[in-house]
Amino acid sequence: MPAAIRIENVSKQYQLGAINRQMLYQELQSRWARWRGKADPHAPIHTQRVEGDGSFWALRNVSLEIQQGDIVGIIGRNGAGKSTLLKILSRITSPTEGCVRIRGRVSSLLEVGTGFHGELTGRENVYLNGAILGMRRREIERKFDEIVAFAGIDEFLDTPVKRYSSGMTVRLAFAVAAHLEPDILIIDEVLAVGDVTFQQKCLGRIGEVANAGRTVLFVSHQAAAVESLCKRGIVLDEGQLVFEGSQTAALAAYIRTFNPALQALRERKDREGTGAVRVVGIDLRDDAGAVLPVACAGQDVNLHLHFETGASGQFPNCCAYILVTNQLGAPVFAHSNRYTAEALGPLPSRGAFVVRLPRLPLPEGVYRVEYLIRSEFRAGILFDRMGAAFELRVIGGDFFGKGELPPSRQGICLLDGAWRLDCGTAPAPGRFAPPDRSP
Amino acid sequence: MGGSMGKLRARLDEVMADSRDEESPPWDAVLEAGQPWFQLRLGELWAYRDLILLFVRRDFTATYKQTFLGPLWYLLQPLLTTITFVVIFGYFARIQTDGLPHILFFMSGIVAWNYFADCLTKTANTFTGNAAMFGKIYFPRLVVPLSIVITNMITFLLQFALFAGVLVFFWIQGAPVVPNYRMIILPLLVLQMALLGLGVGAIVSSVTTRWRDLSMLVGFGTQLWMYASSVVIPLSVIPENLRWIFVLNPMVPIIETFRFAFLGRGVVEIWQLLLSLAVTLTIFLFGISIFTRVEKTFTDTV
Repeated sequence: MPAAIRIENVSKQYQLGAINRQMLYQELQSRWARWRGKADPHAPIHTQRVEGDGSFWALRNVSLEIQQGDIVGIIGRNGAGKSTLLKILSRITSPTEGCVRIRGRVSSLLEVGTGFHGELTGRENVYLNGAILGMRRREIERKFDEIVAFAGIDEFLDTPVKRYSSGMTVRLAFAVAAHLEPDILIIDEVLAVGDVTFQQKCLGRIGEVANAGRTVLFVSHQAAAVESLCKRGIVLDEGQLVFEGSQTAALAAYIRTFNPALQALRERKDREGTGAVRVVGIDLRDDAGAVLPVACAGQDVNLHLHFETGASGQFPNCCAYILVTNQLGAPVFAHSNRYTAEALGPLPSRGAFVVRLPRLPLPEGVYRVEYLIRSEFRAGILFDRMGAAFELRVIGGDFFGKGELPPSRQGICLLDGAWRLDCGTAPAPGRFAPPDRSP
Repeated sequence: MGGSMGKLRARLDEVMADSRDEESPPWDAVLEAGQPWFQLRLGELWAYRDLILLFVRRDFTATYKQTFLGPLWYLLQPLLTTITFVVIFGYFARIQTDGLPHILFFMSGIVAWNYFADCLTKTANTFTGNAAMFGKIYFPRLVVPLSIVITNMITFLLQFALFAGVLVFFWIQGAPVVPNYRMIILPLLVLQMALLGLGVGAIVSSVTTRWRDLSMLVGFGTQLWMYASSVVIPLSVIPENLRWIFVLNPMVPIIETFRFAFLGRGVVEIWQLLLSLAVTLTIFLFGISIFTRVEKTFTDTV
C-alpha cells in the first residue's frame, strides 16, 4: 500500500502580537489598559510555548505517515495544533519547516458552507459550493439529485439561500460535502452542527466514503464519533505528536494529556475549596489493602482518598463524593457517603476516605475520577474538589463469573442479571400490545 | 553556491529514496516551506475553470438580483459620468477634445477606463475580502482575480454597446468621426487593460494583507490616475517634448489607441504602444510573483 500522505518534520510558527510596529493608537490603548489595571490587549500571549521574540510554535517536528485507505482520527486538546496540521495538509497555509508529500486528490471540509452566497438559490449554491470543494461541473450534475435528497430541501431549491433556516443551510452544505469523492478526505470538527439525526446521517455517509478505500483524516472532539469511525488514532498535544496507534489506545493517551499523571496530587493547584481538609493522594486497593495498578471488571475494589487536615477531631458529618467518567467523556456513575448515609468523622489529622465498590461494573477502559469533600451532607463548607484527580484503569475481568464479557464498546457499564425461560405466558395488554381477546 | 549544491544533492537523495519505495507512484503534491518566486500554474487554473465561471455567474447575478433596474445600472454610470464631464470640462472648462464631439470623446475614454478601473479596484481586495473563504478551503487564489476580470468584461461589453450606439448615431448625423480598420485591435487593448488591472490589483491586495490602510489608496488613487490617463485631457494637448512623461502611464496609449480606432483622432506611435506593453507586462509579472508568494501564508497575517 503506497503511502498517501507523508509528513516529514513539519513545524509551523506563528508571530504573536502586532505583526508590525504598533500603530500609535494601539500604543495608547495598551497604556490605557495597563493604567487601569486591565490586561493589555496588544501584549503577546505568555505560555510556555512563546519564544522570546513573540513567536509561537503551533506544530513542532511532526512526522507521520498515513497509508492509503487509512481512517485516522486526530485528537487533542484545544490548542494542540490539530487545525493547523489540517490547514497545512489542505494547502491553506504552508509549513515553516519540513515538508508534506501527498498522493491523490485532497478535499477538505474545514467549515460547512464555504462560499455560500445568500443571494443565490439553493440550486446555484450546490454548484458553487461543489466547485469550490473541487468537484467538476459534470460530477455535480450527476450527483445533483442525490445531494438534494440527502439534504431534504427539494421544495426550496429555487429560493435564495438567505431565506433558509440555519438548519437547512447546514444540511444543504453538508449534503454537498458528503458527496465528495476525493482520494483523501480531511474533516475538521464539522459535525458539531446539526441535530442528532443529521449527525448520524453524516457519520454514516463519511463511513461509506471511508470504507470505499479512501483515506480519511478526521478531527473531532466527539470521541464517540471518532471512535466508531476511525481505525487509527493520533494524539497531538502542545504542537507535538504524542501518540500514534489504535483508536482506543489513542483515546486513552488523549485523556492522559489532560492529567499529567506524574504530577502528584499533593502539588496540584487546580483545586477548589477552603483546603481545611486536603486530599493528597488517591489509590486503588483490594480488600487486603494491597495497592492495585489496574482493576479488573468484577473485582471488589476500594478507592482510598488519602487526606490531611489541620482540624482534627472536628466535622463528624463529612461528605465525600466521587464521579467516575469514561474515556468518551460520559459520566458513568457517582458515589457518595451521603447516598448511603454512612457517617465519616470526626476526622483524624491524617487518614483516608475509603469507598468499597463491590464487583466493579465497569468494562475495560480508562476512567477519570473526580472528587469533592464537604463538611456536611447538604450545604456546609467545601473543603476540597478536583477534577480528573485519578486515572482508574480497568481491564477485562470475570464480571459474570463465567469467563465472558460483552465487547467494551457495547455499553458504558456492566450490569448483573439472570436469565430464565417461562413457558405459556402472554404479554399484558398495554399501549402497544393487542387487546386481550381471549375468552 | 555550496549551499545550493548541497540542496541539490539532498534532493537527489530524496528522489532516489522515493524510487526505492517499491515502485510507488510519484507524489502528486509536495508542500514545503519557502516561497517560489513566480508560479503561474496555468494547468491548475485550467482545471478550476468551472469554478472561475461559477464565480463570474455569482458576481454578475448577485449584484442585480432584487434590484429595481437590474443590469441597466451598468449603463447608467457611464451615461451620467459622460454628461457630467461634458458639462464641466466640455462646456465650462472648454477643454480641447481633438476636434471630436464632446460626448463621444468623453464616453469613449470612460467606457475604456471603467474596465481597467473595475479590474483594479475589485482585484485589490482579493485577499482581505475573501479571507474567510481562503482560510477554509484551497483553490488557486488566482481564480478570484481571473473571475473578476471576466465578469468585468461582460460589463464592458454592455457599456461598449452603449458607446457604439451613440457613435453610430453621431456618425449618421455626419459628425467628424472616422472609425477605421484599427477597430480590430480592441481585443488586444482589452487584454492589456486586464493584465494591467490584474497586475496592479495583485500588488495592492498582496501588500494590504500586512498594511490595511493602503486599500484606502485604491479608491481615490484610481480616480486621480484617471485624470492623468488622457480620459479628460487628450495627449494632443500636451507639448511634444513632455509627452513621454505621460506615456509612462501605460493607460495613456491604450486610451489614445481606443479613440483613434473608433473615432479617428488620437496620438498614437509605435514606440508608445511598445513602451506601454512593456510596462504592463512588467507590472503583471511582478504582481503575480508577489501574489503567489503571499498566497501561501497570508492566512497567518491577514
